[in-house]
Formats: sequence, structure tokens, C-alpha cells
Amino acid sequence: MSDDHDDHDDHDGHHHPRAVSPIEQRVAALEDLLVEAGLVDRSTIDRIVEMYEHDIGPMNGARVVARAWTDAAYRERLLDNGTAAIAELGYGGPEGGHVVVVENTGDVHNVVVCTLCSCYPWPLLGLPPNWYKSPPYRSRVVREPRVVLAEMGCELPDSVEVRVWDSSAEARYLVLPERPAGTEAMSEEELADLVTRDAMIGVARL
Amino acid sequence: MDGIHDLGGAEGFGRVVAERDEPVFHTDWERRACGLTMGTFLAQLSNGGQFRHAIERMDPIHYLMSSYYEHWLTGVATRAVEAGIVERDELERRAGGHFPLSQPVTAHPRLPSPSEAQFAVGDAVRVRNVATSGHTRCPQYVRRARGTVVRVDPAVSLPDVEAHGDERVVEPQYCVRFDLRELWGSDEAGAVHVDLWQSYLEPA
Repeated sequence: MSDDHDDHDDHDGHHHPRAVSPIEQRVAALEDLLVEAGLVDRSTIDRIVEMYEHDIGPMNGARVVARAWTDAAYRERLLDNGTAAIAELGYGGPEGGHVVVVENTGDVHNVVVCTLCSCYPWPLLGLPPNWYKSPPYRSRVVREPRVVLAEMGCELPDSVEVRVWDSSAEARYLVLPERPAGTEAMSEEELADLVTRDAMIGVARL
Repeated sequence: MDGIHDLGGAEGFGRVVAERDEPVFHTDWERRACGLTMGTFLAQLSNGGQFRHAIERMDPIHYLMSSYYEHWLTGVATRAVEAGIVERDELERRAGGHFPLSQPVTAHPRLPSPSEAQFAVGDAVRVRNVATSGHTRCPQYVRRARGTVVRVDPAVSLPDVEAHGDERVVEPQYCVRFDLRELWGSDEAGAVHVDLWQSYLEPA
């Protein structure tokens, strides 16, 4: 049992001077019962959350994007078969079994949503931010994408076609943003530092 | 099911509020709820359809008033009680109070309408007008709409069936492009792509 979990069990206020909230009690109760039933163990839970805190996040997607910007053959493979191309860089796993990469150009802007729940390409972007899972984003971006994007600071010229991708089945989408002008001299690593999570969801341009 | 989770096109939710420099988890309980949920996936407590359907069966007020990790918590707790792994009384005793769970399953699996149709890229399709109170991954906002197949994806298990029992139906999935004008009558140029299993579709 980790120190982390000991904190949960402490109802005497020793570690937590404030009262334990009902939601904290519910999480601890379910965790304890599922551990006692032998369904899960705490070290697995610890390992999973630590992976998403440290190893799996938008830096992975940024590496894929930077590689596509600097290697034309890789870009082609990525657009042709996203799953295989990200595996070349060592990425895959839960919510990454079928990855589709959609490319922004001067004429087309792509944006990703999951209207029914929170589907998201975990191996490339980590866990989704709250706004992505929120009713305002999920309800509106399929109905008035240009307005939502503008509200989020991503103004698109009228000439640009907006393509929304609702991840309603097995495919998980990653947007390949346009490479910013003036970056010709930058290394792949420097380019990766320019790539943001929001640009890979499609609610920002670089 | 046409539940509160099926949000595409709903109005009244206002602006998207994005938090700057959002942490991976806001609180320790979110962290534990996330790890616990993923741990139950590894332990095969639920398949994807069963887990999503458990969340979709949440009381709609609770769904809207709670954060996403509370949805996960409620889904896992509901599945664990339904599977007989934990007892609700014990859960509430340990939690020191009410532990809201989702509402019971009311539907039987929706077996697909017989369909030999196999679609190809470029085909015009229409989304069948089929409402179900069981689980489905066909969003209500595309029902009856006409679109064009832009990608054919591998055949996989139909969630409408796997969410409700041991039966499995395997079908191709299609990425279908719908113009914003077709969906909303809007003048805005653009399109929404929705990934749909074969039995959700008919030739247009």
C-alpha cells in the first residue's frame, strides 16, 4: 500500500486537516472494496496514474508532428496509416488502437470532438482537458464550429473549410497542424517544442 | 439511448471554458478514480459498451452536475454492483452516506436489421431512423441525415450488442461526412464526420 493511499484512509484528520468530502469517501470506499474483492490492486492503480502524469501526454503527439514536418516520407505514412506510423516512434496502447491523422492546410482546418463521451488519442495527447469533456464543447462544436473556434481564440478566414471529426466509433483522431512559417532552420526537437495540445485537437493554430 | 450524454447539437450550454495550464488531475480523488477505472478495464469488469452504457444510465441531473471523473466513478460502481462484486449497502456504509448509482438497464440488445449492404468510399448513405433505449454509438443528431462515406474502417464488435450481453455482432465501420447545411440548415460551409457502424446506415 502506498503512502498516497494511506492519506485516503485517514479519517482522523491527521494528514488532512479539512473534512473528507463525500466524493473522496466514495472513491476510497469503492477502491477499498474492489481491492478487497481482488479485482484491482493499488500498485496497478499507482502505475497507471503515474504513467499519465509523467510519460503519456501531448509531448508524444508533438514528436509525431515534428517528425512529419521534417520527413516527407514519414508524413505520407502517417496520413496513410496513423496507427502504424506512431508505432514507429514507439506509441500505441489504450485508445491508440486505430489512429487517424488529419492534416491542416491553407484551405482546410480540422477539429476533433467526442459528442457522446470523451474519446481522445491517449497515447499521443494523454488524458483530455476538462473543456474537451464538457457539455459546451461537445454540444456546440459540431453545430457551429467556426463560432466555437473563434471564441477559443482560433479565428479562421472564410476561405478555410472547417472539418469536424466526431470520434464516435473506434478511430481516434490527431490533427497535423501546419508548420509555422520561419521555422526552416529549426531542428526536429525545437519544432516539437512549438506544437501544442490544442493545435493537435484543432482548437488552435500555430 | 437518447440520453443526456448524447450532446451533439444541444443548445443552451454556453461558452467553452478552458482552464490555463490545467493539471492532469485536479485533486487526489480524481487521480484515484481515474486509475481505479483503468484498473477495472484491465480486469475486464466491463467492455467499452457496458462501461459507456453504465454512464449513460446516470440520472441526467447527476450527469450534468458532476465532473467527468465522477461519471467514471459512478459507471464503475454501477458495473461492480450489477456484476455482484460489491454490494450497494456495503458501498454506502463505507462511503458514510448515499452513493448514487446509475439507473437499471431497461433494454435488450438491439440486434441489427438484416443488411447485406457494404458501402464504399463515395457512396451516398442515410442514417437509419432507429431509436433505442439501449446503448448505441449512433448520435441522435445524424439520425435521418444524408451523408457520404469518406473512409471504410475495419469490422469490429457492434457496441449496441456487446453492451447488453455475451452476443457479438461484427460489422464494418464507416466514416461519413455530413454537410453542416444538411445537419443544421446553416449557411456555414463545412462538414462533420461521424464514424458509424454498418447497421446504422442505409443506401441513400
